[in-house]
Amino acid sequence: MSRSRTDQPLISVLAISAVIAAAILLLILLFLLRESWPVLNKVGILRFFTDDGWYPLEARFGLAPMLWATLAVGIGAVLVATPLGLAATLFTRFYAPRWLALPFQRMVALLAGIPSVVFGLWGLTVLVPFIAAFEPPGASLLAGILILTIMILPTIALTADAALAAVPEHYLRGSAALGFSRATTILGVLLPAAKAGITGGILLAAARALGETMAVLMVAGNVVQTPTSLFDPIRTLTANIALEMAYATGDHRASLFVSGLMLMGLVLVLAMSASRLGGGRLHG
Amino acid sequence: MDNSHQAYGQLMAWKRDHLMTLFIWLAALMVAGAFLWLLGDLLVHGATHLSWSFLVDAPENAGRAGGIGSIIVSTLLILTVAMLAAVPLGLATAVLLTEFISATSRFGRLIGMSLDVLAGVPSIVFGLFGNVFFSVYLGLGFSILSGGLTLACMALPIFINTAEAGLRAVPDEWRAGAAALGLSRGAALLHILIPAAAPALTAALLLGVGRAMAETAALIFTSGYVDRMPSSLMDSGRALSVHIYDLSMNVAGGDANAYASALILIVLLMIINGIAQSLSEKLLQRRIITA
Repeated sequence: MSRSRTDQPLISVLAISAVIAAAILLLILLFLLRESWPVLNKVGILRFFTDDGWYPLEARFGLAPMLWATLAVGIGAVLVATPLGLAATLFTRFYAPRWLALPFQRMVALLAGIPSVVFGLWGLTVLVPFIAAFEPPGASLLAGILILTIMILPTIALTADAALAAVPEHYLRGSAALGFSRATTILGVLLPAAKAGITGGILLAAARALGETMAVLMVAGNVVQTPTSLFDPIRTLTANIALEMAYATGDHRASLFVSGLMLMGLVLVLAMSASRLGGGRLHG
Repeated sequence: MDNSHQAYGQLMAWKRDHLMTLFIWLAALMVAGAFLWLLGDLLVHGATHLSWSFLVDAPENAGRAGGIGSIIVSTLLILTVAMLAAVPLGLATAVLLTEFISATSRFGRLIGMSLDVLAGVPSIVFGLFGNVFFSVYLGLGFSILSGGLTLACMALPIFINTAEAGLRAVPDEWRAGAAALGLSRGAALLHILIPAAAPALTAALLLGVGRAMAETAALIFTSGYVDRMPSSLMDSGRALSVHIYDLSMNVAGGDANAYASALILIVLLMIINGIAQSLSEKLLQRRIITA
């Protein structure tokens, strides 16, 4: 279609809006850098990994324990949620009796819509005392992993479902013609065919787990230490920002922005590889 | 020899099939169990404190007693600000991406990619950004305006994505028809395309509201904690999600009201997401009929 002159002002307005929408990301990066610059300039990025302990007021900026805690809780949740999420999808597609499949799928979708603060509230009042009955104090790496598992499981299940739906019908018919059993069809044909989409979904879920703040903050105990057991209380990078931003000033505040940058880098690498794999892709 | 091998192979396949069935059913039971446990606790602890006066009264004694009247007003104001900022910007971007430039052009790809990345930014990072940009740099302070604008940035990707899908679902014949009638692209948009995509655009709006409403971390350092009734957009206002967080973490004996607030939040989100879902399903059906 041709562009008439009457449309020119409209196009300009639209283009400006689109540029603003796209510029938000740039603005976020710019302001994070601007706020972290004083401390990055003074002590350098390396000290954030090598300093022993997080005592920002004494100019000791070691984020390593919290980085380890973040990775431990994130990887733990992904390890537990992946088999459960895949099983939930396979259940609705192949195993559930007809009357149960749709309600079960709706339930998983509902789970995806529950806000993180509600998971946190439930974890704090139900799960933490439950764990504490076996191994005090209860608020621990394990509690964080379990809560995150419930939170990211729907992401894995829903993206895997989309990936399985995209497997060509004739793969299924071919498998049936070869006389494969249900398990063989799933493990040998369907899952390999949907591998890229499923992996993308898992990476997306991992990004969500690492970036989650409230739920982990509320159940994980928030002690700055490198976790050595599942029952250790831990503090993640996200929780650290939420807990200390309220009173941090000067270099302390700047170092919180450094951890924000770090977090953003971590999550973005995961999200980009997820979209490269085709799972959870939003645009074009 | 061959026969026994075959029989052995069949036995293993049979075993594997049954083990797999067992695992899938166990996993499904665990997922359903966790869901029902959570939902049951929410209903039992939340419903007992629910009443009309809980919805309209002001919080007392740091939220242990009283209701959530001022919290609901603050939440609605924050959401209104967020949507007033996100909808025009998002709609214009979606229209540009679907109607005027190709999604595969360099400009189109750049915008699409930056929105994808924006969708993946952790909410606490939005909180940091909102604090330094809206509250400090623009001087809006801890206010409903700061919080709402921060949430607008967060909700933008999901709104644009859904609006884009809705506009793309309008059949191309309609565009050709409008052009054949000599309508300008602007008039075609206003009178044909946007009305035709209205259900999807509403779904986009609701999904954006849902995303914004579920948010906590981005609000703590932007719209703040103050639980009084706000008198202007420059006042700090406590959102429902922040109220739940504060009651459960910082207020001893606040659990009962935290559960009641959580139940309200969930019910609101279920209604919003439910309407959004049925709207987009309707759109999909119509697309099949017209195609």
